[in-house]
Amino acid sequence: MSTTNIILCGVGGQGTVLASKLTAAASMSKGLSVRSAETIGMAQRGGSVLSYLRIGTCSSPLIGSGCADLIIGFEPAETVRALSYLKQGGTVITSDRAMMPVTAALQGSAYEGSKMTDYLKSLEGGLIGKLVIVNTDKALADLGSAKVMNMVLLGAAARGGFLGEVGIEDIKEALVKKVKPQFHELNFKALEYASI
Amino acid sequence: MHKEFLMGNEAIGRACIAAGVNLVAGYPGTPSTEVLETIAKENDGSIYVEWSVNEKAALEVAAGAAYSGARTLVTMKQVGLNVASDPLMSLEYVGVKGGMVVLVADDPGPISSQTEQDTRTFAEYSKVPCFDPSDAKEAYEMIFEAFELSEKYGTPVFMRPTTRVCHSYQSIDVRDYAEYEDHRPEGFVKDSKRWVIFPKLSYANHAKIEERNDKLSAEFSYRSSPNTFIEGNTTYGVISQGISFANALDIVTKARSDKKQVPSLLKISTPFPFPDKLVSTFLNDVDEVLVIEELDPYIERHVLQLCGKNHIDVKITGKLTGHVARSGENMPDLVQKYISDFMGWELPSCEKMNTPELPVRPPVLCAGCPHRASFYAVKKAMKGKETIFAGDIGCYTLGNAMPLDMVDTCLCMGAGLGIAQGVGRVKPDTKCFAFVGDSTFFASAITGVVNAVYNQADMTLIVLDNSTTAMTGHQPHPGTGHTMMGEFTDKIDIESIFRGIGVETVVRQDPFKLDEAVEVVKKVADEPGVKAILFEAPCAVLFKPETPYEVDLDKCVDCKMCIREIGCPGVVLKDGHVAIDTALCNGCGLCSQVCPCNAIGKAVKE
Ligand SMILES: Cc1ncc(C[n+]2csc(CCOP(=O)(O)OP(=O)(O)O)c2C)c(N)n1
Ligand code: SF4
Repeated sequence: MSTTNIILCGVGGQGTVLASKLTAAASMSKGLSVRSAETIGMAQRGGSVLSYLRIGTCSSPLIGSGCADLIIGFEPAETVRALSYLKQGGTVITSDRAMMPVTAALQGSAYEGSKMTDYLKSLEGGLIGKLVIVNTDKALADLGSAKVMNMVLLGAAARGGFLGEVGIEDIKEALVKKVKPQFHELNFKALEYASI
Repeated sequence: MHKEFLMGNEAIGRACIAAGVNLVAGYPGTPSTEVLETIAKENDGSIYVEWSVNEKAALEVAAGAAYSGARTLVTMKQVGLNVASDPLMSLEYVGVKGGMVVLVADDPGPISSQTEQDTRTFAEYSKVPCFDPSDAKEAYEMIFEAFELSEKYGTPVFMRPTTRVCHSYQSIDVRDYAEYEDHRPEGFVKDSKRWVIFPKLSYANHAKIEERNDKLSAEFSYRSSPNTFIEGNTTYGVISQGISFANALDIVTKARSDKKQVPSLLKISTPFPFPDKLVSTFLNDVDEVLVIEELDPYIERHVLQLCGKNHIDVKITGKLTGHVARSGENMPDLVQKYISDFMGWELPSCEKMNTPELPVRPPVLCAGCPHRASFYAVKKAMKGKETIFAGDIGCYTLGNAMPLDMVDTCLCMGAGLGIAQGVGRVKPDTKCFAFVGDSTFFASAITGVVNAVYNQADMTLIVLDNSTTAMTGHQPHPGTGHTMMGEFTDKIDIESIFRGIGVETVVRQDPFKLDEAVEVVKKVADEPGVKAILFEAPCAVLFKPETPYEVDLDKCVDCKMCIREIGCPGVVLKDGHVAIDTALCNGCGLCSQVCPCNAIGKAVKE
């Protein structure tokens, strides 16, 4: 059986953990084994964080360079940073919204999120087989909540068939079990939001 | 049995509950913290759980319970073991009656720690048996074995996972409630020949301990031990442990399916006492061995020792021969390289990418963090003076970053006080400050205050009281007024402690009232002797944010003073102008007090 290797990356505090837990729960309900690893500790205070998620048989929760089938990026510069994990022709689903580190503001070295997304686009068809860029400001305005970015990105991955054997219905089922009923509708809308 | 998706630390906590643990004590520290938190959360009230004031206290409380026949667990991070080492070294000589598992989480990297010390080496030094799991499943199963072994031989036992085991999740089989063990301790039975350590007792027990450890070394060599052997198709062998083994196994499995020649693998999950027989047998069937482990070359040394002792002619490579890095983690890419070099496999080539320049993203104090305000007040008050700002361990260590730059030293928990005193002894006209968090204060700074007062030091102690142990994930401590059993208790008052020790000047101050805070620091620092300021404001993560602030672009002259002075992640540059990121802003108002143009004010709701 093959393993689906997924990297979730972002900035400490962006909540990558729920997305990986939902995917794990969905995989388990299909009888698949899952391993994942999270960044916990100092880096959670605004540093770069990276989660590994592996669906299928494997021994380590960690993923080597060039071995990830999918990168889900919560911040465009962090997505670019994680690219060395991507295997040739892999999928990248990313938010376009840049989070400026304090150092960038201090040194006047602010970067543009668009520079990162342009770079990603330049790799499409080569390293990146499929690229989905989500306009986060618009998504959050349309959905009316700043808290569901993770579901927008995860929904795109599931509907695109990039989570291996795990599909969008599996994710929804897992979500119903994990999230309070009053938030179901919002989260479902978020899962269906991004066009792929 | 049923399946659950658990973090390594959750698996360990759940296993302890299932093994009938009676008492759990620990002190928070990444990556160990979630073990005790899991037990507290799942506790049906039958287990006594406490965050102790520090690791030494935790171990001593557990020792008393274990003398009384209780099954006990002590949790800490690796540097916590340094604090607990005094009671533990002696406890090994006295022994326990109820099972005692000492969970010490090591942190290769290090990712969130001061050192890359190796608890396996400490196990050998203290003679305490040690388990080293390679994933959550193994950790879960080992706990039962560890308790049994502890009771069978009357010794504390180490359980030593590393960060990647602690913080990785896995779907594993866990026991159903009906399968939980029920352990009823008998209570303390007086026997001074057993429980009072004297040189004569230590001498007698030392001999028994060595004998027992020889026996354990043989037991760990049995096939049913957690040590695993996987046969290859060459005369090459790889000996490994923990996450390094998991990575090696993935790589070798892949190579095998690619029809490559692969080495035999041996995983050492019981590093101390070292399973000599098992490893000797392994060595008999190979010509060359690569040892891949994190932290100390612990296994490698033992393997070399065995080769010498038993005249085994096998070439051993690893950290000591420069084939494996001596520090840091063994991530999959590195293990791939080590094994490929060893086996003569070709490494997959990787193309160099022309990535645009990426931002560095060091961790920072949160927006609205009270520590930022406290540091800034002291910085302003002491501008132009000869000073030393001795820092300590906690979120407030991040006060060292630019632009605050307010941490001149940081060593280990509670050390800042002593360091400030020592700097002052060398150059008495330096204004000496020590900054300490509230949890750190209780854990290990009080003796430093007594030392300063007794020896008549001249220093200002700043307590950064945010009503929590923030860095490790917001645990309660003696100053917060609640316990892990869900009880509310009297808060231990830091000002009263100072007064009791004889510190005469003790001022409590809200750090967010900037002008007031600056005046207080100026005044207090000018007094002779030991004096203290308690900056009191809760951690920003614990409370609902207040109305965010916003920049009035008509008033803002783009001097960027707010950014340059305090470095709050909530104050950003947008299209070249200063703006407040309302998603991050906590409404603390510090930036509005720094702005010379009065351009920052509370956002008005439309
Ligand atoms: C001996 C030891 N035990 C535990 C730790 C882990 N640790 C790091 S910071 C910290 C406590 C920080 O709490 P506090 O002093 O209140 O500062 P805050 O993080 O709240 O600012 C702990 C327990 C450590 N570094 N050393
Ligand atoms: S968690 Fe609390 S103490 Fe730590 S940086 Fe954030 S606000 Fe400050």
